[in-house]
Amino acid sequence: MKISVPSQPSSQTAVQLDRERAKARARRRHFLSKSIIYLLLVAGSVLFMLPFLWMVSTSLKPSNEVFSWPPSFVPTHFVWQNYVEGWTILPFNTFLKNSLIVTIANVVGNLISCSIVAFGFARLRARGREFLFLLVLATLMIPREVTIVPTFILFSKVGLVNTLWPLILPAWFGYPFFIFLLRQFFMSIPRDLDEAARIDGASTWQIFTRVILPLSKPALATVAIFAFIGNWNNLLDPLIYIRSQELYTLALGLNLFRGQNFTQFNDLMAVSILTLLPVLIIFFLAQRLFVQGVALTGMGGR
Amino acid sequence: MLQQGVQDAAVSRGVRKRHTLGKQARREEREFYLFILPWIIGFILFGAGPIIASFVISFTQWTLLTPPIWVGASNYTHMLSDPFFRIALVNTLYYGIGSVLLGVTVSFLLALLLNKDVVGQSLFRTIFYLPSVVTGIAVALLWINIFNPDFGMLNHMLRVIGISNPPGWLVSPTWVMPALIIMSVWGAGGSMVIYLAGLQSIPEHLYEAASLDGAGPWGRFWNVTVPMMSPVIFFNLIVGFISSLQAFVQIYVMTDGGPANASLVYGLYLYRNAFRFFQMGYASALSWILFIVIIGVTAFQFWLGQRWVYYEGDIKGS
Repeated sequence: MKISVPSQPSSQTAVQLDRERAKARARRRHFLSKSIIYLLLVAGSVLFMLPFLWMVSTSLKPSNEVFSWPPSFVPTHFVWQNYVEGWTILPFNTFLKNSLIVTIANVVGNLISCSIVAFGFARLRARGREFLFLLVLATLMIPREVTIVPTFILFSKVGLVNTLWPLILPAWFGYPFFIFLLRQFFMSIPRDLDEAARIDGASTWQIFTRVILPLSKPALATVAIFAFIGNWNNLLDPLIYIRSQELYTLALGLNLFRGQNFTQFNDLMAVSILTLLPVLIIFFLAQRLFVQGVALTGMGGR
Repeated sequence: MLQQGVQDAAVSRGVRKRHTLGKQARREEREFYLFILPWIIGFILFGAGPIIASFVISFTQWTLLTPPIWVGASNYTHMLSDPFFRIALVNTLYYGIGSVLLGVTVSFLLALLLNKDVVGQSLFRTIFYLPSVVTGIAVALLWINIFNPDFGMLNHMLRVIGISNPPGWLVSPTWVMPALIIMSVWGAGGSMVIYLAGLQSIPEHLYEAASLDGAGPWGRFWNVTVPMMSPVIFFNLIVGFISSLQAFVQIYVMTDGGPANASLVYGLYLYRNAFRFFQMGYASALSWILFIVIIGVTAFQFWLGQRWVYYEGDIKGS
């Protein structure tokens, strides 16, 4: 960096005084702008947190207070019973079990299939590879709506509608977004490591499982988290494929609850909070991975 | 095998090297296709197959109960006279433009605020980011509760600040779309994180150079931050708009298109045709028009982008 040297001043003290004043002015301005920034940040935070607070507050209100006027932010007394009542009014334990089955199967399926495929694209040379990878990216851009009807027909023809399979199977055949994410990560691992392992006599599969995978834990964790949240919150697919109540996921269960007990906002909010808990816990445990994943792909993972 | 080995030994060193390399390359190629096999199967079953099928189905009338009937392009021509199609398209564009413009503005402002070295940066980031992670039906239910005209939090707050007759939000045909757009801004933290990463990668020397050239904070913002961030903003506009055109779950849960079809968006109308009316042909045709709209809007944004997006390292000959 080059800094131009100021011309020699005639009086040393005057310049110093000037400088002091300028500094003080800058400090004042700095303080003012800092205050405004903090004010805006705090105001924004309050606005962003209010819906959550309202959710918690409603979930703890006695029934008669949910529709009292004017509304209160703090319940007169905390009714923890709402959580038990809401959870048992419908078989939410069954819904939880189904959600866990679907979500875990999706996370595992995506981790296995996408990492294998991504390794192929990142490390193995073959004719047609670039073109096929372009196809992966192209399918990322095609809206789900286009494939939704034929996929439904496919599953209905093989008799899998109203089972959990349509919610699980696709994850085991690679999901373009995760393939892309993992491939980008694998490419950043130095090839020297592969070559060294290769010289030591490792097969391609061993390079994948012993060299690449252990070095890719952050990226794999990111995929696991995105897959977990995406499936935990998924309503559209269960809505299309699931009919009988014993196969409902939590999202469908909440939808049913809402349809049946529209006025029991306190119970509804209590169950909603319970269904959000796993997502919240994962978020707080792995926030760093979220941010990394977003930075790696430039996408929010939706 | 043995015979081949003898032959190999007989040929000259250079040729043999090329020969084994070829063998290795062939093996690598075989391995490549084995590794990507899951995706190939998935691509056929859940990607290319359905895409082609969807295109064919869009020229039929098919309720799944009886065999499909070939109807030519009549599904497409029917859209022209289908009032719900027009309503859904207009509502979707309204929602898309509103939520994306507001979302980009809010998330960019938040990222700018957070980019200053503030104390508690990670706490603030968590607060703004969290709502974008919790999505789905639980959040939709929460916002139904907030937008409740009589007992909801929002109107309560509006009354406190002196607005005696606040809007009905989800039950008002005029206010239902603004309500959904407001709700979507709650998820602005996702793109905020992307902006934040972008802001932090702007080299400091650009700001120093601008300062030496006499640029104030405002000048530095417009002449350094905005041009350097323009590719990220552009990317967010594109991705955000595409996903908002596909909005479904929240609106399905919160309004189901009501009141009076004021929030009937495209995804919802498509879902109804496919899974309520079982009009598989018409639903497929709708999905292709949605695809075309997405491509058209994205192409338009790229065309606009040429005018305002600045790519570093891109030499412009003028």
